[in-house]
Amino acid sequence: MKKKLQHVLLVCSLLFATVCIGQAASYDYPISDPIEATIISTPKEAMAILPKKIRVKEYLTFDVFPDRDVPEVFWYNEKLRYAVAYQKDKAPVIFMIAGTGAGYDSTKMKMMQKAFFQAGFHVVALSSPTHPNFIVAASSSGMPGDIRSDSEDLYNVMEEMLERSKKKELIGDFYLTGYSLGGTQAAFVAKLDEERKVFNFKKVLMINPALNIYDSAVKLDKMLVDNIPGGMDHFNDFYTKLMANITKSYVHGDFVDLSHGFFYSAYDAILTSPEEGKALIGFSFRISLSNLLFTSDVMTHSGFIVPKNLELTSTDSLTDYGKVASRGCGFSEYVENILYPAFKAKEPGLSLRQFVDRSSLRVIEDYLKKSNKIGLVTNVDDIILADGDVDYFKQVFGSRAKIYPRGGHCGNMAYKDNVAYMTDFFKIK
Amino acid sequence: MKIQKINSMKNVLVLGLLLTLLSGCGAKQPAELEAGMGIIPPTKPVSEYVKSDIVYPVDAYDPWEGFNRNMYVFNYYFDKYLFLPVVGGYEWIMPDYFEDRISGIFKNFGEIRNFMNNLLQLKGKATAVTTGRFLVNSTIGLLGMYDPASHWGMPRYKEDFGQTLGHYGVGAGPYLVLPVMGPSTLRDTTGLAVDAFVRSEVLDWALDDVDNKSNVRTAIDVMEAIDARHRVGFRYYQSGSPFEYDLVRKLFLEKRKMDIAK
Repeated sequence: MKKKLQHVLLVCSLLFATVCIGQAASYDYPISDPIEATIISTPKEAMAILPKKIRVKEYLTFDVFPDRDVPEVFWYNEKLRYAVAYQKDKAPVIFMIAGTGAGYDSTKMKMMQKAFFQAGFHVVALSSPTHPNFIVAASSSGMPGDIRSDSEDLYNVMEEMLERSKKKELIGDFYLTGYSLGGTQAAFVAKLDEERKVFNFKKVLMINPALNIYDSAVKLDKMLVDNIPGGMDHFNDFYTKLMANITKSYVHGDFVDLSHGFFYSAYDAILTSPEEGKALIGFSFRISLSNLLFTSDVMTHSGFIVPKNLELTSTDSLTDYGKVASRGCGFSEYVENILYPAFKAKEPGLSLRQFVDRSSLRVIEDYLKKSNKIGLVTNVDDIILADGDVDYFKQVFGSRAKIYPRGGHCGNMAYKDNVAYMTDFFKIK
Repeated sequence: MKIQKINSMKNVLVLGLLLTLLSGCGAKQPAELEAGMGIIPPTKPVSEYVKSDIVYPVDAYDPWEGFNRNMYVFNYYFDKYLFLPVVGGYEWIMPDYFEDRISGIFKNFGEIRNFMNNLLQLKGKATAVTTGRFLVNSTIGLLGMYDPASHWGMPRYKEDFGQTLGHYGVGAGPYLVLPVMGPSTLRDTTGLAVDAFVRSEVLDWALDDVDNKSNVRTAIDVMEAIDARHRVGFRYYQSGSPFEYDLVRKLFLEKRKMDIAK
């Protein structure tokens, strides 16, 4: 008897030790520089192993506003597009919200969809409310950026998707996640759900969210503008050099195509300084922003870049509008010229700072503090966060915040430990 | 039946082409549109904010922009109502495993083009490797169904006649969106025609003693087109970006430049 007890104790202590070691185990995500991590994300050999192909249905004909008169120039965005990975038996459902400017089919969304599908969920992938397709087809105002309005739009769309489902008997509990801006929105959608109670989300995971979307966007804008020597009028010099560097590495290297592996191995030769890396991140953000700015301008007839009484056709050249949209001050320009004026018109006393602070997670701090179902994943070196933001997350979320030592902005999302954490978060009750 | 289908495919194509050509080629430029009667100037007008002394990366030599943008739209509809449904049917019928074997066969057949153009560019190593690949994959790889050559350190060196022309200094010329085939340039379209001619001659020779030659050839052509579309993930307007035309144009031109430099 005594011997048996000893055995049990030994096993228990061993188990305990493994758990402890497991927790303290080093984090081996291979890229230490946050800029590089953000650009390259996870090298193939360090990624979680996911199925190559899963059962996904793409929905291309969801008419959210049947009465909406969509401008001819956006004819291809009239219907909201989304994708559902579905199990054959009854299963819980995860809704996923994409990051700024990203569609439901972005690389990160597809990766997450596979991971959750593999873990046994139905997975609904939604484009970001800042994606042109969402703006045209599903944004009630045509101008995203006010997080509460965007969350309402998301909620309405999700609710109608549920109604449209022909296989309700296969639908279990609801879960919610999102990365980057989508992570921030997930928190607001969860809050809205407490009132509207359609989904009663069991768990919500925010991945690399922005604390205040305006501040993060301005930070990304500055990464571009501050790192182009001579200013934006000299952007072409930066671009030409970048292309020349890629070509040089490609021509002299062993890679026979421009694969992810090529960019990973040639990173230092392509981006020769941290400033260039920052500029590239800012540039990528700026492309998303140009899409947003142009689309909203036309949808709201704001007359910022496109004359408000001009009807563009499906074959007019838009190149020059792209040039105007992609220069200038970026997100703040959009907010100051299109979004904020529309809100100020209704609330004359509203200052710009007051307005943008409404889209901060601080607004729902009490809710986040007490909602045990909400978790957060981020990195100490996430480039969209300001000093002190990570400490704030720790303070608000406590043990529900999983903070990795590196990974930049969303760079480590596909890393095996991160994927395991993400799926376990939803699987473990 | 098959022939009928192909004929109707051709009809749609020709009709689309004619319509597009007739619909007028001018892509209206924002500055012209802005100057229209009764147009309220925007806060940041193109005429003021697009600077003529600055080079923008998005710029490209695209004098046929009107035609190209029309063709871009046409390709979307061609995909939507004909090409993608056919490809979808093929993917539905075929198990993935067999799809990959069929792709392998056509890729292997394409090594003839790679060989010819590597040779024309006097790329010794690539020509040798391509020859080796073709021999290994045609025999041990069962006509290309399998690709043992890649595992044995013989990668695929893709070259086409457009690249050969570029290698010898022929400029890209105007950007050109081809019906069905999509983004190209005048130079690359010429290259495409040359490669297609060679392919056709080789096929003719290979099928010399086959009965029903023209039917077999048509079947091969159709199959190759389906396989080619099956392998390309690109979908017109899928990005949702209002600047997709510009971005695709830029990426295509840059990629071709790099492939030629390699």
